[in-house]
Amino acid sequence: MSRPIIATTSLAGCFGCHMSFLDIDERILDLIELVEFNKSPIDDIKTFTKDCDIGLIEGGCCNTENIHILKEFRKKCKILISFGECAIMGGLPALRNDISVKECLAEAYLDGISTVNKEEILPNDEELPMILNKVYPCHEVVKMDYHLPGCPPRADLIWDVLHALILGTDVELPYEVVKYD
Amino acid sequence: MPKKITIEPVTRVEGHGKVTIHMDDSNQVVQSRLHIVEFRGFERFIQGRPYWEAPVLVQRLCGICPVSHHLAAAKAMDEIVGAGTGDGLTPTGEKMRRLMHYGQIFQSHALHFFHLASPDMLFGIEADPNIRNIIGVALEHQDLAVQGVMMRKFGQEVIQATAGKKIHGTGAIPGGMNKSLTPEERDSFLLGKDPLNVDKMIEWSLGALDFFKSYHSQNRELVDNFANFPSSHLSLVRKDGAMDLYHGVLRAVDAEGKKILHDVDYQKYYEYIGEEVRSWSYMKFPFLKEYGKEKGWYRVGPLARMNTADFIPTPLAQKEHEIFRAYTNGKPNGMSMHMHWARLIEILHSAEMMKELLYDPDITGDQLVTKGNKQYEGVGLIEAPRGTLFHHYRINEDDQIDMANLIVSTTNNNTPMNLAVESVAKDYMNGHAVISEGMMNAVEVAIRAYDPCLSCATHALGKMPLEIKILDKSGNILDKKRSS
Ligand code: SF4
Repeated sequence: MSRPIIATTSLAGCFGCHMSFLDIDERILDLIELVEFNKSPIDDIKTFTKDCDIGLIEGGCCNTENIHILKEFRKKCKILISFGECAIMGGLPALRNDISVKECLAEAYLDGISTVNKEEILPNDEELPMILNKVYPCHEVVKMDYHLPGCPPRADLIWDVLHALILGTDVELPYEVVKYD
Repeated sequence: MPKKITIEPVTRVEGHGKVTIHMDDSNQVVQSRLHIVEFRGFERFIQGRPYWEAPVLVQRLCGICPVSHHLAAAKAMDEIVGAGTGDGLTPTGEKMRRLMHYGQIFQSHALHFFHLASPDMLFGIEADPNIRNIIGVALEHQDLAVQGVMMRKFGQEVIQATAGKKIHGTGAIPGGMNKSLTPEERDSFLLGKDPLNVDKMIEWSLGALDFFKSYHSQNRELVDNFANFPSSHLSLVRKDGAMDLYHGVLRAVDAEGKKILHDVDYQKYYEYIGEEVRSWSYMKFPFLKEYGKEKGWYRVGPLARMNTADFIPTPLAQKEHEIFRAYTNGKPNGMSMHMHWARLIEILHSAEMMKELLYDPDITGDQLVTKGNKQYEGVGLIEAPRGTLFHHYRINEDDQIDMANLIVSTTNNNTPMNLAVESVAKDYMNGHAVISEGMMNAVEVAIRAYDPCLSCATHALGKMPLEIKILDKSGNILDKKRSS
C-alpha cells in the first residue's frame, strides 16, 4: 500500500492543536517515513493536490471561509477528525454564542479603551469573510468520523491515533483523556 | 491589464491572513494589503467571567505562545489581588514565572526559526514548495531538523514543569504560582541526558547563530535589502535599560535611535498608544498618540528589542548584541530579515537565563503567592516572542471581568508587516507580467520574518493558499491562477 496522505487545517482554533501535534517531537521524523503530507499550514501546499486519507480539523466554524474549507476537506479526505475541543464543540470561541456579533464588534472596534475610531469604521471589506452568528462545531456542518478530545489533545494521544489509523489497528482512548483540559 | 494577486492562505504562518496585491496596466504594484480575516471577540465574551479565570481563558487566543497570554493576564491579575506590579511577587513566584517565560521564548523562537523560516534559507525563496518546508528540512538536513525539534522540546518541557502542561497550562495564578520546581525537575534540565540539558541548548543556540551568520555572509544583499525600511521601535526594558522580556518600563526609539517614549510605567499605556481601525482588516493599527496615525507606528519583537535595549544582561548574548549593533554603527536596525538574527540572539539569551534561574535556590522554594488589597483594575504587559503584549482588565464588585482590552504583539506589527509586504511586492513583481509562485512566496517570507502568529492578532489562527486574480478595469475576473 502507498503511504497514507494527511492534510490538516486550522479553522476557528488557536493553533494549539497543531502545536500539540508537533509535540510528538522526534517521532515526527518517524511519521514522515510513514505518511505523506498534503495541504497543511505547516508546509507550503495551499490547495489540495490529491485526495487524502486523513484530514485533521482544528477549530470550529466562525466565518463563511471556515465552512468552505471544512466542506472542501470533507470532499477530499476519506477520514475526517475533529481535532481538539474547538472542532468538537466550538471550544472557547463558542463563549460568544449567546452574544450578538454586533456587540462583539462594537467592543473590539468602537469601545476599546485604546481604540481611536471617531469615524466608527468597522471591518467590512469584501476581502473579509462574513462572520457567522455563532461558532459551529464541525459535525454540525459536515459528517465527522472521529473526535479527539482535549484542549489541545495530548501529543501521545495524537501519535497513538495516527499510528492506529495508519496501521489499521484499534485506537485506545483511555478514560483520563476524555476531558476538556 | 490591471490585476489583483491574492495570497491565501499565507502558509508557515500560523494565522488567518491573506494578501492582496493590485497591479496596474503597466504591471506596477499600486496597492498591497495584509488582511487578517478572522475575528473572535475575546474582549467581549470574557466579560462576566470571574477574574481568576483570565490567565487560563485568554491564552486560548494563541496556541503558539499561550504562555505569553497566560503570564500577561496573570500580571494584570497580580494588580487586582493587590500583589503589585511585576516585582511584588515572592522570589519563587517571580522566578518560576520567568523560567516559564524564557522556556516559552526559547521554544517559540526555535519553532519560528527552524520549522517555519529555515526552509526559505536552506532551499531558497523560489524553491519547489513541495520540499520548501520542515519536512523537506527533515529529509535533507536532518541534523538541523533534529536540533530544531529538540530545542523546541526542551522549551516545552520547561513549560510543562512550570505551567503543568505544554500548551494551555495553569501554573500562574493571581499573585504568584501554584507550584515550584522539585529538585528532580531542576536536575533533569541541568544534567539531563544529551541533548536535553541546558548546556547543550546554549551550545546549539550558538550553533544556530553561526548558521545564520554564514547564510548572511553568503546572501548579504538579500538579507540586508529584503524589506529594509526605517521605523520606530518599541519594547519593555528593565529600569536600567537592560533587555528584560518579563517585566519593565515602556521605551520607544525613533529610526535614529532617539528616545521618543521615555521608559514610562505601562499602567497608563492608553495615554501613549492608540489603535486605528481600517475597514479591510480585523487587526487594528496601533500608533504612538503623540506622533499621530501617520507617523506614530512602530515595530515590536526581536528586532525592536535589539534596538531599544542598551545591553543584554547575560554574557554570551551580550557579545552577540554588540556585534549586531555594530553592524549598523549603533543606529537602529530596520532590516526585516535581521529579525531572524535578533531572534537567535534571544534564543541564546533565553537559554542563558534558564540556566541562571535553574541554579537559583529560590526556584525550588515554597513561598508561592503574595496577597494584598483587592483592586478593580489591572494592566499586564510582557515581551512575548513576537513583541510587546498588552492585557488590561477591570472587574466589578462581584469579581467578574467587566472590561478587557488586548493589544497583541502581532497587532503592534501590523503597519510594519504591511510595509514589508509592499516593499517586497514592489521589488519582486513590478514590471513582471507573469507572477511566479516564487514571487508570491517572497511576500510570505516577509510576513514570516515578523510573525508566524497571526493567530493572536485575529484573536484566531490558520494558513493561506496563493491565488492570483487578473481583473479588468471594472473588477471582473479575467483569469485566475492558483499555486499549489
Ligand atoms: S482545542 Fe484548545 S488548543 Fe485546540 S485550537 Fe481550540 S483552544 Fe486551541
